[in-house]
Amino acid sequence: MKEIVILSGKGGTGKTSLTASFAILAEKCLLCDADVDAADLHLLMQPHINKQTDFQGGGVAQIVTDKCTGCGTCIDMCRWSAIGPDFVVNEIDCEGCGVCVDFCPEQAIDFPTKICGQWFISDTRCGPMVHARLGIAEENSGKLVTLVRHEARRLAEERGLQLIITDGPPGVGCPVIASVGGATCVVIVAEPTVSGIHDMARAMELCRHFKVPVVICINKFDLNTDNTLKIEKMAHEEEIPVVGRIPFDSTFTLAMVEGKTLMEFDGSGSAAKQIENVWSAILNTPAMTTSN
Amino acid sequence: MIISIASGKGGTGKTTIATNLAVSIDGPVQLLDCDVEEPNVHLFLKPEIEKTQIITTPVPEIDLEKCNQCKKCMEICRFKAIAVVGEMVLTFPELCHSCGGCMAICPEGAISETGRELGVLETGARKGVQFSHGRLRIGEAMAPPLIRRVRDCTLENGLTLIDAPPGTSCPVIAAMKNTDFVVLVTEPTPFGLHDLKLAVEAVKILQIPMGFVINRSDIGDDKVRAYAEAEGIPILMEIPFDRKIAESYSRGELFALAHPEWKARFIKLAEEIETLTQRGANKK
Repeated sequence: MKEIVILSGKGGTGKTSLTASFAILAEKCLLCDADVDAADLHLLMQPHINKQTDFQGGGVAQIVTDKCTGCGTCIDMCRWSAIGPDFVVNEIDCEGCGVCVDFCPEQAIDFPTKICGQWFISDTRCGPMVHARLGIAEENSGKLVTLVRHEARRLAEERGLQLIITDGPPGVGCPVIASVGGATCVVIVAEPTVSGIHDMARAMELCRHFKVPVVICINKFDLNTDNTLKIEKMAHEEEIPVVGRIPFDSTFTLAMVEGKTLMEFDGSGSAAKQIENVWSAILNTPAMTTSN
Repeated sequence: MIISIASGKGGTGKTTIATNLAVSIDGPVQLLDCDVEEPNVHLFLKPEIEKTQIITTPVPEIDLEKCNQCKKCMEICRFKAIAVVGEMVLTFPELCHSCGGCMAICPEGAISETGRELGVLETGARKGVQFSHGRLRIGEAMAPPLIRRVRDCTLENGLTLIDAPPGTSCPVIAAMKNTDFVVLVTEPTPFGLHDLKLAVEAVKILQIPMGFVINRSDIGDDKVRAYAEAEGIPILMEIPFDRKIAESYSRGELFALAHPEWKARFIKLAEEIETLTQRGANKK
């Protein structure tokens, strides 16, 4: 089984629009949305949810007022200043370490497990989809990404699907680290802007750090052709394949407004042609053709 | 006053607003880039960096001479960052949340703290704008502790602007918390609106007054405006799509510096935010 993970470093370079288009081109695949924090893939894929499961995060401290003697041990020990002078825990600040629970001399602190979100198994016109929704202001996004990817693999095996396409989150932190481990190939969607290049370089470094094969796709390449050449040069120096250039095209937005992928909205346009080329280039990269 | 600039969806123009606003304002202003995973402000502000610091977070170090393998440290750690296996004690610093529980519970006093590098904190200035940002070490998962260190650079007086990371989870909360106003930068598309709604919920939890800036305001549809009206959230500024602006952004230029009419609009934006913040404070 192979998994392609779409990343970018910088947000808004076109990860989700391209992921959805790739899913149309792949015909038979399993879709996975690993951007659990601001998931958007469902807006293009309109999944029919078959199964919804709560995501149990870590614990959160709750002080039982009746038992609390106000000794202040918890306040002294909490490194996140999550407990106010009135002995009420601020749930947003609570890290879930439980130190206050263990050190309270009165055992006056409960530590219930928090439901931090939901994850879903759905059907789409391109095949099954595993996705999730992290609660607002929650932690544990990496843990939820790991869960979603694990379930995606399990489901792909069960349904006999050979390919998983995963839409990744922006950045290089916790949820991104959870998105790249064990991927067959990471596709970095880069844009030719100073920030796009800067963030692409960091995403490349992350993939190298975790020893995951990577290819680069340049989106909105005609916005700055000098920068596009710069990206291609950087990729060449790092021996990273560039799988193609996609033009800046307002059709992406028009398709999004209709809730469609670009391939469905305007399959004969020039951007669609380029996406087709990019997709076949991805499938022909060494990472994808080597049997695993 | 502290204004944070956030978005939900990435790539909507947070950094564009934060940097252009900073250079437009006359008077003392500070800009903190709290998107430590992908900091971009410096690419546009081009500050002279005066100070670079490596930032660490405490993680346990075990003195095996003193350790008697009682396993209390392993039992207290809720992040599975310590394992006692036979005579050996293994620590997994990358899993450690720096709570200090293991050190506090160890009856033998065998645990002290050493540092795990989170990344760097850099401080500098350009054209009267004081600047700090954090850059997360590649491979480091935890952004919030570094974000808090960037926030600690906040100056007592004057205006502080915060460029927040995308999303709605803990890094964004660390960036927006205890600020006086949140500017949510969005685009009028289904993705923009969907993630904007999540960001609004996060700001509501923090109980901070907010307003929207609609970037590329002439693409997509009208649903963001309808949502703003339904929620009673003011639209502070609209920036139509202009290929010239997009191209100048791609080169790392600040369009408020090249176009006085935009500079005037950013000054007006700052004034409007100040009025709204005061009104919010009066309500409280």
